Amino acid sequence: MAEMILREAVAKGLREALEDDRVFIMGEDIGAYGGAYAVTRGFLDEFGPERVMDTPISESVIVGAGVGSALAGLKPIVELMTINFSLVAIDQIVNHAAKLRYMSDGQFTVPLVIRTVTGGGGQLAATHSQSFENWYASVPGLKVVVPATPYDALGLFRTAMKDGNPILFAEHSLLYGMRGDVPDDWYEIPFGKADIKRSGDDVTIVAYSRMTHIALQAAAMLEERGRQAEVIDLRTLRPWDKDTVLQSVRKTNRVVVVEETWRTGGFSGEVASTIQEEAFDDLDGPVARVGGVDVPAPYNGMLEAATIPTAERVLQALNDSYGI
Amino acid sequence: MESTLNKQQLAEFYRQMLLIRRFEEACGRLYMQGKIRGFLHLYIGEEAIAVGTMAALRPDDYVIGHYRDHGHAIAKGMDTKIAMAELCGKATGSSGGKGGSMHLFDSKKHFMGGHAIVAGQMPIAAGLALASKYRKEDRITVCFFGDGAVNQGEFHETLNLASVWKLPVLFLLENNLYGMGTHVDRSRAGGRHIYEAAAAYDIPGVQINGMDVLGMNECVSETVKSMRKDGGPRFIEAMCYRYRGHSMADPTMYRERDEAEELGIKDPIESLKNFMLQFEIVDDGELAEINAKVEAEISDAVQFAEDSPTPDLDAMYRNVYA
Ligand SMILES: Cc1ncc(C[n+]2csc(CCOP(=O)(O)OP(=O)(O)O)c2C)c(N)n1
Ligand SMILES: [Mg+2]
Repeated sequence: MAEMILREAVAKGLREALEDDRVFIMGEDIGAYGGAYAVTRGFLDEFGPERVMDTPISESVIVGAGVGSALAGLKPIVELMTINFSLVAIDQIVNHAAKLRYMSDGQFTVPLVIRTVTGGGGQLAATHSQSFENWYASVPGLKVVVPATPYDALGLFRTAMKDGNPILFAEHSLLYGMRGDVPDDWYEIPFGKADIKRSGDDVTIVAYSRMTHIALQAAAMLEERGRQAEVIDLRTLRPWDKDTVLQSVRKTNRVVVVEETWRTGGFSGEVASTIQEEAFDDLDGPVARVGGVDVPAPYNGMLEAATIPTAERVLQALNDSYGI
Repeated sequence: MESTLNKQQLAEFYRQMLLIRRFEEACGRLYMQGKIRGFLHLYIGEEAIAVGTMAALRPDDYVIGHYRDHGHAIAKGMDTKIAMAELCGKATGSSGGKGGSMHLFDSKKHFMGGHAIVAGQMPIAAGLALASKYRKEDRITVCFFGDGAVNQGEFHETLNLASVWKLPVLFLLENNLYGMGTHVDRSRAGGRHIYEAAAAYDIPGVQINGMDVLGMNECVSETVKSMRKDGGPRFIEAMCYRYRGHSMADPTMYRERDEAEELGIKDPIESLKNFMLQFEIVDDGELAEINAKVEAEISDAVQFAEDSPTPDLDAMYRNVYA
């Protein structure tokens, strides 16, 4: 067992992947600069410029060239500096990467991993603080991975490299320094399998990415009040593990879904509606949802903090729905 | 260096460049103190471009640019107090503390913003110019962008549209040789003569020394004069150098410390100062006076920003919609 930070876990996954000579990495400033979030620091020296390629600032062709080289039998890993800039490449991601297998009825596959950085909280203001994982999760043909711990990041990354489909792998910028244990022995984490990060009988908190840690904080606060919360980290949004969620709700009868992106149109709406469709009679009250406040991210730190879900807001939502 | 400008004009160029330089240095200090946060991109070394360009414009001309925007905003007339307050996230800032360093705006000065998605400002520049043409006004739009932006589709789409529709956009490329840590030689085919790309869109283009405020001003003045006549787009590539890292978070591991010296890059402010002293346009006493005035303005701006209130929580809901 080794302790490492999430950044190191992703780097470990990348190094392992590069053992396969069909794999290469490309993206903006991943080589000479060492990566905007330092994930690929040292990679250029280690693997050389043919495997670690600095690209121009051209997200569309970064993803598109990834799609093309994947069609031709390579296994590219492309990095989009942040998910905000993925909007420049969204046509390649949604109209091309996600569709080619289906439209060719299986003649082609696109084994492409798109790594990107998501989330707010760094006072980077409205254009640089967004979380669009939920948008991509609505696209058939894509898979969306949202790890919350070093262990999950590595295990899910290994699966991503084997999966053979276009995958959006979204790492939260504020989690790169997060520590956790990672086994020395090989393991993988399947997609569509949520992780129960804490078990409890009184209430279910469903979250993903950084909000998993907010959920755990809320659970700790609930414990002080004598309630045991079950914290479920979805880990992947497409596919997502409704069985684990439903099972937990059937036990606790109370559930809150937490995510960082704007509440309107958030993935929590999908989770909440599934719960009410399939476990309506098990609920003691309406499914609670906590999301980002529906405003663009303000620069000022106090205002920005007020837009992002906190443990206190999770407790408030539970109180509103279930009076606890 | 040579010039047909009078003493007041030269001294004013010097004052404005120094003002931007000292403003940026103050920002660097406030960032280290944690009073400015997020991303902070300094304009140090590139002052001559903003100052030389704006002096050639009318107040009603539009200016739009990228996130390295403090110099553009100040040269277009934004008050250093409200710019600094914005950087500090204060209620008195240009956007009430909601925009921050990368997103300065000043509608009264027709400064249409710092835009933080690379090349995202370029299509908007076409729209500003389209509005001028539509209304049969002879206003022009100056669009600043970096060497990194020219590899985005939006750059090409905008040049093409501006050319076929004859839109009065002055494309002003600040080629400082780097997009973050990536040298133009590694990211752009023909990265040291990007102005030639304009020819592919039938847009007249030139390359000039962006570290020379007088040359900058003369070139933009001539260009703007001809644009007001024919209404069509132009392209200027200003070669320059970013003395600091890309942002405060950049340890600049990808280039040699003495690269600027190797390249024979000359500080634009020093150059103008030496020119003015050499030809006895100003004396040391007059320079000292300008310095003192600039220092005072910057310390007032910092003081104002620090003393200003933080926005109330309700500010976060304001202006999502009209
Ligand atoms: C679409 C997009 N991709 C990536 C980024 C991240 N980024 C911000 S600035 C920058 C470099 C831009 O360099 P350049 O255009 O030369 O301008 P300079 O910073 O040199 O003034 C990058 C890659 C971004 N903001 N937007
Ligand atoms: Mg540049």
